[in-house]
Amino acid sequence: MKLAELSSLIRSKNAGPFVLTFDIMFPDDESYQRVKRAGVLSPKKFAELFHCSENIVQFFECDNARAFKFSIPRPTSQGDLGDGDLHGGQQYVSLMDIEVP
Amino acid sequence: MDSEIRYVAATGALGVGVHVESLEKSLEIEPAFIAADAGTTDAGPSSLGTGVPAFAREAVKRDLSALLSVTRKAKIPALIGSAGTAGGDPHVDWVLDIAREIVREQSITLRTAVIRSEQSKDYLLRLYREGRIRALDPAPPLSEHTIDRSARIVGMMGVEPLQDALEAGAEFVLAGRCSDPALFAALPILRGFPAGLSWHAGKVTECGTMACEGTRGGVLTATIRHHEAVLRPIGPGLRCTPQSIAAHSLYENAHPYLHKECAGTLDLTHSRYEAIDTSSVRITQSEFIPAADYTVKLEGAELIGYQSIMIGGIRDPYIIRRLDLWLGDVRSYICKLVERLLGIAENDWKLVFHVYGRNAVMGNIEPEMAATPHEVGIVVEATAATQELASKAVQLARQPFLHHGVPEWMGGITSFACLHNPAHIDRGPVYRFNLNHVAVPYSKTEMFRTEMIELGK
Repeated sequence: MKLAELSSLIRSKNAGPFVLTFDIMFPDDESYQRVKRAGVLSPKKFAELFHCSENIVQFFECDNARAFKFSIPRPTSQGDLGDGDLHGGQQYVSLMDIEVP
Repeated sequence: MDSEIRYVAATGALGVGVHVESLEKSLEIEPAFIAADAGTTDAGPSSLGTGVPAFAREAVKRDLSALLSVTRKAKIPALIGSAGTAGGDPHVDWVLDIAREIVREQSITLRTAVIRSEQSKDYLLRLYREGRIRALDPAPPLSEHTIDRSARIVGMMGVEPLQDALEAGAEFVLAGRCSDPALFAALPILRGFPAGLSWHAGKVTECGTMACEGTRGGVLTATIRHHEAVLRPIGPGLRCTPQSIAAHSLYENAHPYLHKECAGTLDLTHSRYEAIDTSSVRITQSEFIPAADYTVKLEGAELIGYQSIMIGGIRDPYIIRRLDLWLGDVRSYICKLVERLLGIAENDWKLVFHVYGRNAVMGNIEPEMAATPHEVGIVVEATAATQELASKAVQLARQPFLHHGVPEWMGGITSFACLHNPAHIDRGPVYRFNLNHVAVPYSKTEMFRTEMIELGK
């Protein structure tokens, strides 16, 4: 099953002008725990999908919110020349197709 | 000592539209104050750079008018933070002018504390030379030159200047750039309620009903006690659930549990969220860890240049299947034209193509680069030292876009569908954020200047 089908929300957003943060949320504990157990989300996986170094990826498993969170430095700071997404809101798409066994 | 303090968050952003009916109803809980955040960096660096707010004056006036009317009726203070989007002096003056107008129209008087947070360059240079400006991670490079070339720099205040204003009897606190939760945590902390719960409740309420499930029309209330904070929305169909509150604590923050403020760090690692009924949530065990040094976050914007753009599209599959090559040829042709006719070398201006339908949104991380779109939209964007040069550069770009051909067609084609006439749009000055740093001031209040004004007298 794909991550997008299991989750209730996948989103990205600026966390200030210099950081992008990604939240993946679930409708129930079962689907959250299924993804957590499968171990398909990791800094390494994120780095592959987003063509960045694993070292700059922060990853959090937040049981109380049934959520995973990734944060990375913004490739271009918010609103600087070449930035195509001022609010950082449309950067999560690569996470949607991650296969969850 | 009081056993609890109650307050209302009128809206997540002043100017987006206060739900007046819910705001009036919220007086039933007998709040100690009503506050609303009025700014954000999320709007981008332009507001800070230009001094122009990102919301329409009419929209801010409507919301502020509702807020002042309700708080005067209940004789409780109203607080506005990050006035006019960026919280610099022109932004504060803009909201103050609106407040004066409202006071006249409502025939009221208003003891107003205006707290300014714009920083002088001399003061910041002194701090910098004394090693009192520290980089956050990640931070752009900082030198004296960074401070010098900034269009405007603001410091983000914590609870202390707000508390001083409330203690001085302010009926309306009009604050420049301000930590969003500080606006809500100031009075509870002043009255002796726990900092962890006060900051956490502030963190949730600063976005208004965004932390709730259901429709967005309404207000969010908080009750802070010595061992718990309770969040309850007022508005049709709105409810807080443990997950909606826990999830909101993650929103727009790099770290899910740690939130840095001037005086320390809000730590949500052990926070517990429990449903009280179908719409209220109890928070317990949130902690505030005091920092060794009091720090004030700085936000700065500097001019990049002046911009002009042209919008158009391409539909021909012969062009689209070799788009990168085609665009590369067009780019070098434009750069040569600009150098020859305007005398600007390629390094002295910036030409960016945003190719919608390909990778305009995600840039280098776009996963579908192998797909061939049937149509692409292109924003041709020139940035130069003056508006005149940027406009002329885009005017010069039009002919190469229109007439650069492909080998499949014998003879001239028109390759680019311009959207507008004139094809170019002048965007004026454009800015970038140039600081992600904190200042270590000598005192907690020296970076903020408070003035008490009696409006309506």
